[in-house]
Amino acid sequence: MSVRSLAERRYLPVLAIVVLIATAPLFFHSLFYYRIGALVFIFALAVVGLNLLMGFAGQVSLGHAGFLGIGAYAVAIGPTFFGLPPWASLIIGGVLSGVVAFAVGRPILQLRGHYLAVATLGFGVLISIVLTNEAEWTGGPDGMNVPHLVLFGWTVRGADVWYWLTGATFIGGFVLAGNMVDSPTGRALQAIHDSEIAARILGVDVASKKLTIFIISAVYASVAGSYLALFNGLVTPEVAGFLRSIELVAMVVLGGMGSVVGALVGAAVLVVLPQALTVFHEYEQALLGLIIMVFMIFLRRGIVPSLAATLSGWRR
Amino acid sequence: MMILHAEQLAIGFGGVRAVDGVTLGIESGQVFSIIGPNGSGKTTLFNLISGIYVPNDGIIQLAGETVTGLAPEALARRGLSRTFQNLQIFFRMSVLENVMVGRHRHERTGILADMLHWPSVKRQNEETQKAALAALARVGLADLAERPASSLSYGALKRLEIARALASEPRVLLLDEPAAGCNSVETQEIDRVIRSIAKDGVTVVLVEHDMRLVMNVSDRVHVLSQGKTLTEGTPEQVRSNADVIEAYLGVHGSQEAMRAFG
Repeated sequence: MSVRSLAERRYLPVLAIVVLIATAPLFFHSLFYYRIGALVFIFALAVVGLNLLMGFAGQVSLGHAGFLGIGAYAVAIGPTFFGLPPWASLIIGGVLSGVVAFAVGRPILQLRGHYLAVATLGFGVLISIVLTNEAEWTGGPDGMNVPHLVLFGWTVRGADVWYWLTGATFIGGFVLAGNMVDSPTGRALQAIHDSEIAARILGVDVASKKLTIFIISAVYASVAGSYLALFNGLVTPEVAGFLRSIELVAMVVLGGMGSVVGALVGAAVLVVLPQALTVFHEYEQALLGLIIMVFMIFLRRGIVPSLAATLSGWRR
Repeated sequence: MMILHAEQLAIGFGGVRAVDGVTLGIESGQVFSIIGPNGSGKTTLFNLISGIYVPNDGIIQLAGETVTGLAPEALARRGLSRTFQNLQIFFRMSVLENVMVGRHRHERTGILADMLHWPSVKRQNEETQKAALAALARVGLADLAERPASSLSYGALKRLEIARALASEPRVLLLDEPAAGCNSVETQEIDRVIRSIAKDGVTVVLVEHDMRLVMNVSDRVHVLSQGKTLTEGTPEQVRSNADVIEAYLGVHGSQEAMRAFG
């Protein structure tokens, strides 16, 4: 019985998303669409990671753009100052983010709820200020240029190429995160979300599990940040700004906490909607806010979990 | 063999001595009940033994090893588990998944293996699931394994907590008011479950207000009053102890007390 249903639960969404990513370009009329698609995948990658922390372990972070920033500046600073290839800089950025997450996470993950939220917020602000002020290294508020990504002697350029590269990376990140759902770690994280004390009584080392998932979510954000910088060819401190952190959290909640598919949906809505709403000119932001509110009022558990519940209700 | 030993345990909260110099020894394989009026320190004592509180004074030994001040997860790895008076269910998970978390201390994969879904994870998931289903069957919940935990009745949730603790294969199992809020049929089911656990050689420590249940299943009964030990003995000895009846209901309530103690 459930061994089969667990397997289906894991592989069906992966298949659906592979098909979606592979066939979406059939409807693309210009390179602009590829560009939007690549941005969706980049943000979705960060959101998948943040969702592991928020949706599974139930720990909020209002500073995750800080890790986006570390990844983004790693691919700018690495090649510029140290002559490192961009791909190596991306990996170094990921490792650095993991180390920073370890150092920051140990003290602040002992906090709960609002206190944790404020502490992570502080971390995000700290990173963004450092990136703005250390102008010698970061170019200050104007940011700095980022070289092209070169993989196996082949330069990655063009929105369509980026679409496939980011899409493939997203699928990889998606599969890794989805695998966790049906594993000892995944179950322990969900248990922590509902009752830390019961989890501990059953032998779950809550502090170490929280720290581990914080580090992993930081690495996801860092890789996404590196991609974002490489894709844009430019990086500014805005990438690590408070609004970016909020945007990531909004994507997690909108798509659906704890839903790995929801990460893609949340990122897609918040990347595509502003583009679609530009025709409304000065009302763009207001409409965006209104639409998000309506989504949350009618799909209060997030888009994917709410729709899934409605669908399974019909089927019965 | 003495599996659980507490010596002069004490803890206070803001001047109130919630547990005040309690000493108890529990033989392996016993059903050992702790009773006493509301506020007598039963749950506090449980929280001390399970590592949720650290005692101000006294020592706790588990199978001869001093474990005073160890965290709950460290005690869990040494084979101590418990249920909660106010349910601590993982409500986002299914019934089966709740019990699978109970297997955590026996699971051996790391985060990278889990993310890559190594063959070892798959194998282990199957083992975990099998053991969890067996634990559910023991409390009569196997049919509800696939249901969301949130859809269960109160009585079933009580048994789910027992199954989850059992899945961890404890040597000592603390049950905090397993029959509270249960109707008589559900209480009978709890009675049956406790006996079957004890039969397997698991030491059961029970806090419970349902005196009939306590008297039916216990080998020893330890009575607390205002954080201190009032008496300890077999159910028969405790039942006929005048101090116990007085502590529960006062001298004037003796008629009711007689009824309560069956």
